[in-house]
Amino acid sequence: MPELLDKRLVFVTGKGGVGKSTISIALGLAAAARGKRTIVCEVGGQETASRVFRRAEIGFHEVEVAENLWAISIDPDQSLREYLLLQLKVRAMRDMLVRSRIFNYLAAATPGLKELVTIGKIWELAQPNRRVKKAEEYDLVIVDAPATGHGIGFLQTPRTFANIARVGPVHNQATELDRFITDHDTTGVAIVSLPEEMPVNESASLEDSLRDEIGMAVDRVYMNAVYPERFSTSDAEQLEDGLDRADGAARAAVRAALSEHRRCRSQREQLQRLKQAVASPVKTLPFIFKPQLDVPSLERLAGALV
Amino acid sequence: MATITDIVDGRGICICAGSGGVGKTTTSAALAAGLAIRGKKVAVLTIDPAKRLADSLGLEELGNTPRRVDPTLFDPCGVEMTGELWAMQLDSKATFDELVRKHAPDAETRDRILENRIYRQLSNALAGSQEYMAMEKLFEIHQEGRYDFLVLDTPPSRNALDFLDAPKRLTQFIEGRGMQMFMKPTGFATRVVGRGSSMAMSMLKRVTGLDLLSDLSEFFQAFSGMVDGFRERAKRVSELLGDPATTFVVVCGPQGEPIEEAVYFHRKLVEAQLPVGGVIVNKVHYETEADLTSGEVQADLSELLGDDDLAERVARNFADYQALAERDARNVEHLQRELQPKAVIRIPYLDEDVHDLEALLKIDRYLFASEEQREELAASGAA
Repeated sequence: MPELLDKRLVFVTGKGGVGKSTISIALGLAAAARGKRTIVCEVGGQETASRVFRRAEIGFHEVEVAENLWAISIDPDQSLREYLLLQLKVRAMRDMLVRSRIFNYLAAATPGLKELVTIGKIWELAQPNRRVKKAEEYDLVIVDAPATGHGIGFLQTPRTFANIARVGPVHNQATELDRFITDHDTTGVAIVSLPEEMPVNESASLEDSLRDEIGMAVDRVYMNAVYPERFSTSDAEQLEDGLDRADGAARAAVRAALSEHRRCRSQREQLQRLKQAVASPVKTLPFIFKPQLDVPSLERLAGALV
Repeated sequence: MATITDIVDGRGICICAGSGGVGKTTTSAALAAGLAIRGKKVAVLTIDPAKRLADSLGLEELGNTPRRVDPTLFDPCGVEMTGELWAMQLDSKATFDELVRKHAPDAETRDRILENRIYRQLSNALAGSQEYMAMEKLFEIHQEGRYDFLVLDTPPSRNALDFLDAPKRLTQFIEGRGMQMFMKPTGFATRVVGRGSSMAMSMLKRVTGLDLLSDLSEFFQAFSGMVDGFRERAKRVSELLGDPATTFVVVCGPQGEPIEEAVYFHRKLVEAQLPVGGVIVNKVHYETEADLTSGEVQADLSELLGDDDLAERVARNFADYQALAERDARNVEHLQRELQPKAVIRIPYLDEDVHDLEALLKIDRYLFASEEQREELAASGAA
């Protein structure tokens, strides 16, 4: 099976607040640095890339944000319009359909349609022969996927539609999307976790459901924001001794060190738990002591990703 | 500066809102436990509790109705539970099914929906349904009137606003003009299968296929029988959110983005004329008053520990910590300016993960303290 960055499509997924957006962009930087023409896709109106690269809102455009690296924020309504044009081929027909009352109602009310057309657009971006006119091929598409809870439902949409529409164009296209995202040679998955109880549990159950319910293989799990091991157990004992005698800033510093030691120990436990709970290889990423993540710190993170 | 007690005083419902991964579930549990300890009969509606936290509350086999948490579980922590703590885990599909059973005009309509393939496979993906079902359950439990106080932990989502829009989106789905197309005998359903249909319809068929279109039509038609019941219900659920008995608490983390999201969300709540009590910031690195340079601190540490190497590492760690504490202080200050005079409650970044009662009670101590008491707690190292 190809390495993660040698696939055509990579989904970065995990619980909310674990750093999926950061890692998606860092993975994008890593792939771009290897000379791959890469695009990072955000969904659900996210605009992390525009903030990190200090751009105006990117929106539904493929925008070059760094050398070899593009970004897009996928809007379902625009994806749907684009899809309809590809299907109907004639712009006037598409516009007439989009203006009709029936269509508008169905488009707004059909459950799961937004997710389906979003995955449809992701698929289109990942094709060697792009369907969209004058669009150029990407070597790699990285998707900053929705937080789990919504995440599995999101990736399951193509299969659900393939089942519901037993025959016809939607069935065929949904089947093709499902086939593409479950093909381990073309599509990879990276789960992002944190060294805490809940994210570790959720990563393990996410890996299970991706495999059992959708048939996607997880390539790796990133344990994000792991503290450096600054103090040994004997250091900690020495610090405990010193704490009673300390005052002022020195006392605060000793306390901060002891806290760090305890957190670090609890992080190691969670790291062990994660390694036992998931089948995929686990890679740890350092906690970045930066008030606000910038491009240089993301580049540093990119180096640790592969 | 208001405290959590001021926020919940005289109220009956607290809705904990915020984007994913900021500790909403933990905060909801700590708030509910805190109120129960202080004598109230409280129910917390949670979405996905951490397994060990759930275990420690004895919640592992919870269904879609509240269960009482055994009060003796609090004994080892030296806390007397004078009220009652109840907890439930929301099952949004089951709640939707209950709603359909309740509002279907007859058994035939009910079965037609519950057995519809699109409903069964996709009702969770219905616009805003997960968020709406959380409110629906809250409304139902509130109606029963068996508790003094309800705490709702809102579903995990990237966009906290999804929650606010949920009743509107579901009502639009139910009562949109389009739905009426399905209710008329000459409406959509006949046009799907009929001949001589419009251009738009024939293009639609070309895109979706006739089979799927018929299924969708059947799905919408089945729902159209429940329009009145649903509309009325959604209106009342919506009203409950703006009720004087309800208060919203926004939960966030101390980093720049979560703080900005909290500011934005707070504005939206105010715009929607919903009652916001305040913001709880989790995992804050408390600042230490230190007027020494890092070199001086390191010299003090060397003397104290008698180990230059260790002193240097402690000093470097402290500098990193202080940088984060300064960032947090800046962000919280920004938040405070935005919220004035509402409460901003800082919960410190604890040394351990919060997944047992003991840790939950630590959160509780900060949550129910005044701002001055919190500073003291943090300074004394009670984290």
